[in-house]
Amino acid sequence: MSQTLAPTPEPGAPQHDPDELEGRAADARSRRGAWIALPPAAYLVLLFALPLVIVLVYSFATRGTTGQTILSDWNLLSYRRLFDPLVREIALRSVGYALVTTGISLVLSYPFAYYIATRSPRVRNVLLVLVMVPFWSNFLVRTYAWRVLLSSSGPVSQLTELLGMGQTRLLFTTTAVVLGLVYGYMPFMILPLYAAIERIDLGLVEAARDLYASGTRAFWRVTWPLSRPGVIAGSILVFIPSLGAYVTPEILGGSKTTMLGSYIVRQFLSARDWPFGSALSFVVMALMLAATLIYFRTGGRTL
Amino acid sequence: MRKLIALGALLALLLAACSGGATSVEEQAGGGGDAAAQPSASEAAGSEAAPDSETVSCEPGETDGELVLYNWTEYIDPELVTKFTEEFGVDVIEDFYPSNEEMLARVQGGGSGFDVVVPSDYMVGIMIDQGLLMQLDKSAIPNADNVAEDFTSPPFDPELAFSMPYQWGTTGIGLNTTETAEDPEATWGWIFDPEKADGLDGQISMLDDPREAMAAALSYLGHPINSTDEAQLQEAADLIAETTDRLAAFDSDQYEDLLISGETAVAHGYSGDFFAAFDEAEDGDNFTYVIPEEGAVRWVDNMAILADAPHPCTAHTFLNFMLDARNGAQLTNWNYYGSPNSAAEEFIDAEVLEDPAIYPPEDVLENLQFIEDTGDAETLYTDLFTQAKS
Repeated sequence: MSQTLAPTPEPGAPQHDPDELEGRAADARSRRGAWIALPPAAYLVLLFALPLVIVLVYSFATRGTTGQTILSDWNLLSYRRLFDPLVREIALRSVGYALVTTGISLVLSYPFAYYIATRSPRVRNVLLVLVMVPFWSNFLVRTYAWRVLLSSSGPVSQLTELLGMGQTRLLFTTTAVVLGLVYGYMPFMILPLYAAIERIDLGLVEAARDLYASGTRAFWRVTWPLSRPGVIAGSILVFIPSLGAYVTPEILGGSKTTMLGSYIVRQFLSARDWPFGSALSFVVMALMLAATLIYFRTGGRTL
Repeated sequence: MRKLIALGALLALLLAACSGGATSVEEQAGGGGDAAAQPSASEAAGSEAAPDSETVSCEPGETDGELVLYNWTEYIDPELVTKFTEEFGVDVIEDFYPSNEEMLARVQGGGSGFDVVVPSDYMVGIMIDQGLLMQLDKSAIPNADNVAEDFTSPPFDPELAFSMPYQWGTTGIGLNTTETAEDPEATWGWIFDPEKADGLDGQISMLDDPREAMAAALSYLGHPINSTDEAQLQEAADLIAETTDRLAAFDSDQYEDLLISGETAVAHGYSGDFFAAFDEAEDGDNFTYVIPEEGAVRWVDNMAILADAPHPCTAHTFLNFMLDARNGAQLTNWNYYGSPNSAAEEFIDAEVLEDPAIYPPEDVLENLQFIEDTGDAETLYTDLFTQAKS
């Protein structure tokens, strides 16, 4: 009713009503389904949004002299500290580690995913399950296992000693950290890559070859562009957790190279500076979210 | 369908990764939620004066339910727990923490459900300031008379109004004598002196704790352990930075295992941890613990009752139980830390009493200091240490 009284009668007014009816029907349909969305919505609000709001509120608070958080004194001090050279150094280092980890994972995972995707369905499923087997045990336990493997009396070192190359000291080096990160996050690269490659019509590659493209050329002009959504999704899934990694640099790096994750934990558990820790966490999260959104907005399609 | 499988798998992976890698994040979030209630407590307590909030009056030996004990890992002889249960007919529920700060984060918001906690010296001061501890009813703790004179008036709680000493020890260096020296000198030089540490590249570990690591460096430089002088702190941080290349790791949890397994030859750590590890090792004779002559950290852990303890009388009874002469001795004979209980001494094994690494001679004791809270300088300690590490 109110619609028809609107001061701007449009030329297409007669068609307006059926449109609106259809729209209402669609509204009703979606309203009927609304209750299904309740549990996930409640889940998101309670376990994601609310804690995030608490983090945000804390980031504006002040650290009291004995390390208690004073909520009544709001300020931007914690955010100002984000521009410290120390923070920049740690952030750059974390980004560096995350990039290297992502790069290595991509190079290792691509042939792997390609192999899986081109097997028969039965073999494929077996291989996919194998990729996930490590996740049946706790990540912390597996990282400690690496500590044994890499220690100077461990199997790697024994092997090099046997070959006359002397003891190797791998544990507590940057190599160990990158190794641990790649090991931990590579499955996140393999799976989206697999999903993307598996969807490619191999006939297109054949067509390229029929038109005298070399194998390399066919790969770069056909397979690679078509698998790009998987590459990007996988890279995001590896990059983000690597950037915030805490367990791996602490255990395999001997805590000698502070990454963002460790620095944040330290604010809570040793400096007792919750506001600064909150500000750090929040900014890292916001930057990640922004980067991911920009990617999706600029036409990225995944999975 | 296949796409679905892949998606499902991915989800499973993400969940698995979260459960493994993100524990710290959960802790932070959980802690954050807890502490939302905290300002009201501190506001009610007033801004300056230490709040003498909760008091309770109990009879000696009185119990009002089970005991919920929040203690350091491997810090109480399980037989003592059994004995307490048998003697007073109450269950003991135990939970453990690896650092003072984690304990603080957990109890800060109130409602943690714990009765007794065992904070170290400086942390007692912080907890009193924040109104987290209950004033003790001394009449329910007659064994408080057993506390040795050294411990009756500590700087963090001068009248023992909120805490009773539990065990004490030192922070020093554990050494592999076959890799270093037959009878190694007691000096921080094993870590900081490039000549002394020559040939030990990558075989040294330091505690991953800003205050402890800085205390070691400050002592080596001849500065006070609780310095708030920025120049001194910077000097100490620079010293650690120069040392980092020689270090295998900064480690607070497994340094004694790394030492025993041969991964390291020099380890900065807590006295009792080393003794327990040397005791268990097959070649335990190849290791020794020294308290550096330049000075070192002496610490004392203390039993305290939380202001909102659900079973305050059982808690008092437990404090009294632990301060009993025989029980105190049993504790020391079990964990090799010094007992602050003077009455316990006659029941402590001679080998423990005569060990200068556990009960140092007077001239060594003189050089030991407690870590005290430095207020706003804590942030400086953490940042300088973080900078020095990388």
